[in-house]
Amino acid sequence: MKKIEAIIKPFKLDEVKDGLTSIGIKGITVSEVKGFGRQRGHKEIYRGAEYQVDFVPKVKIEVVIDASMAGEALAIIQDRAKTGAIGDGKIFIMPIEEVIRIRTGETGKDAI
Amino acid sequence: MKIIALFFLMIMTTVSIAVAGDEPPTPLTNKEAIQLVQTNADYIWTLIAAALVFFMQAGFSLVESGFTRAKNAINIMMKNLMDFSMGSIAYWALGFGLMFGVSKSGWIGTSGFFLSDFTVGGDPWVLAFWMFQVVFAATAATIVSGAMAERTKFSGYLVYSVIVSALIYPIFGSWAWGGLFHGGGWLEKLGFIDFAGSTVVHSVGGWAALAGAIVLGPRLGKYTKDGKIKPILGHNIPLAALGVFILWLGWFGFNPGSTTAASKDIAMIFVNTNLAAAAGAVLAMFTSWIRFGKPDAGMSLNGALAGLVAITAGCANVTPLSAVIIGAIAGIIVVFSVVFLDRIKIDDPVGAVSVHGVNGAWGTLAAGLFNIGGTSGKIIGIQVLGIVVCFVWTFVAAFIMFKVIDKTIGLRVTPQEEAEGLDLGEHGGNAYPDFEVSTYSQR
Repeated sequence: MKKIEAIIKPFKLDEVKDGLTSIGIKGITVSEVKGFGRQRGHKEIYRGAEYQVDFVPKVKIEVVIDASMAGEALAIIQDRAKTGAIGDGKIFIMPIEEVIRIRTGETGKDAI
Repeated sequence: MKIIALFFLMIMTTVSIAVAGDEPPTPLTNKEAIQLVQTNADYIWTLIAAALVFFMQAGFSLVESGFTRAKNAINIMMKNLMDFSMGSIAYWALGFGLMFGVSKSGWIGTSGFFLSDFTVGGDPWVLAFWMFQVVFAATAATIVSGAMAERTKFSGYLVYSVIVSALIYPIFGSWAWGGLFHGGGWLEKLGFIDFAGSTVVHSVGGWAALAGAIVLGPRLGKYTKDGKIKPILGHNIPLAALGVFILWLGWFGFNPGSTTAASKDIAMIFVNTNLAAAAGAVLAMFTSWIRFGKPDAGMSLNGALAGLVAITAGCANVTPLSAVIIGAIAGIIVVFSVVFLDRIKIDDPVGAVSVHGVNGAWGTLAAGLFNIGGTSGKIIGIQVLGIVVCFVWTFVAAFIMFKVIDKTIGLRVTPQEEAEGLDLGEHGGNAYPDFEVSTYSQR
């Protein structure tokens, strides 16, 4: 099993979600996050004074899937979240040791 | 049975007609009846206007809390609630008498404290007039809250709100407006024009706000160590915008209500008030657009308020075209004034000094310049005298008051409390406990 964590532009969330559900992914966790990468934030103006916004709002998607689906899911996220402009985000993949469904106690692939 | 009932009914009707017809109307009784209708209409209009002006307290609360951080929202609301509540009591006890009591010297009223001009069974006009005036006093008092936001000790603010409503505002008011009731001030006798209070209300509030902001010093984090401006963002611009709309509505009581009479004059005052606000918003927007590259919301909102403040003095004696010009210039002034105060390190989180102080002065000058009955060097000279006297009296009195409060009970909270937020430190609460606290509000 793998966990995919993707940091994407907030307005791309719907497209990515539709893509992931279309390949049969049943659960997604989403959080609103803030951060910076190479783009290093941007400037805004308040009452005539400029200021630096270091932490840009992003959305973090977390999905846990069977390892066999990982390649397809990655391709979908990369395709749907891409605008080509700086700040499109990143995708991280990590192994998952165990999954447990709290209600039934099922484990492993059945619990995903 | 039915016939008997009908008979009695007929007799009763005849009798009642006979009684009513005892004294046929004469020209004199007609005149009295018409006068009574006019008097009643005056009461109704004055009190409806008072209610509209009261609602401006809600507008101020929203503007101030919207333009400041979430961690100080309770504090802003409490300050607005208390400067009205404590201010009302202070104005009832002392302020109204100093402002509108008998004034032999023209410098201070000396009667009518605790509403003593009202006697049971006597003329209740003093009550309607007092109600209209108390909401004006509270407007002057509440202007200061925004400029001193996010760092003022609550107990110190309470003392301020009593002193401004009991002394600073009414004493100046007696010079310009005392003659509206039992008084008679030296400034109004010279011919000073300030119909609804660009100077009497707004400049007094604005200059007291300036004194408060200077005595307090800027908020922590407003300037970097090398002196650069670091904006501290307001937490809710929609709230601030709602506040501006409410203030705009309230101004339809503030200016037209200052006739304290149901007359046809209110139509032009309404129109002038609206046009000046609109022109102020439009010009502030374009000024910010040209200067900063984007049409700035905070500046445009303050532009509407600047136009309203500026037309307040002359709303009854300038043409609608003049009102547009007065409001437009106010909209430009407010943008430059906000930026200027920021640069010279006077931290006014909501722009109260620029909106009320600076544009109160501009509006008072404009009332002379654009006077519908013609202008002259003398008229302008008296307007300038009023502007200067207002600044000197209010700024000096407020500065001394804030210094004394600072040295005795303290005017500013500790740096730690300021960082954590006044909601927690002063009131032991959190305005939005169900929301995630963002990095903005933590700053």
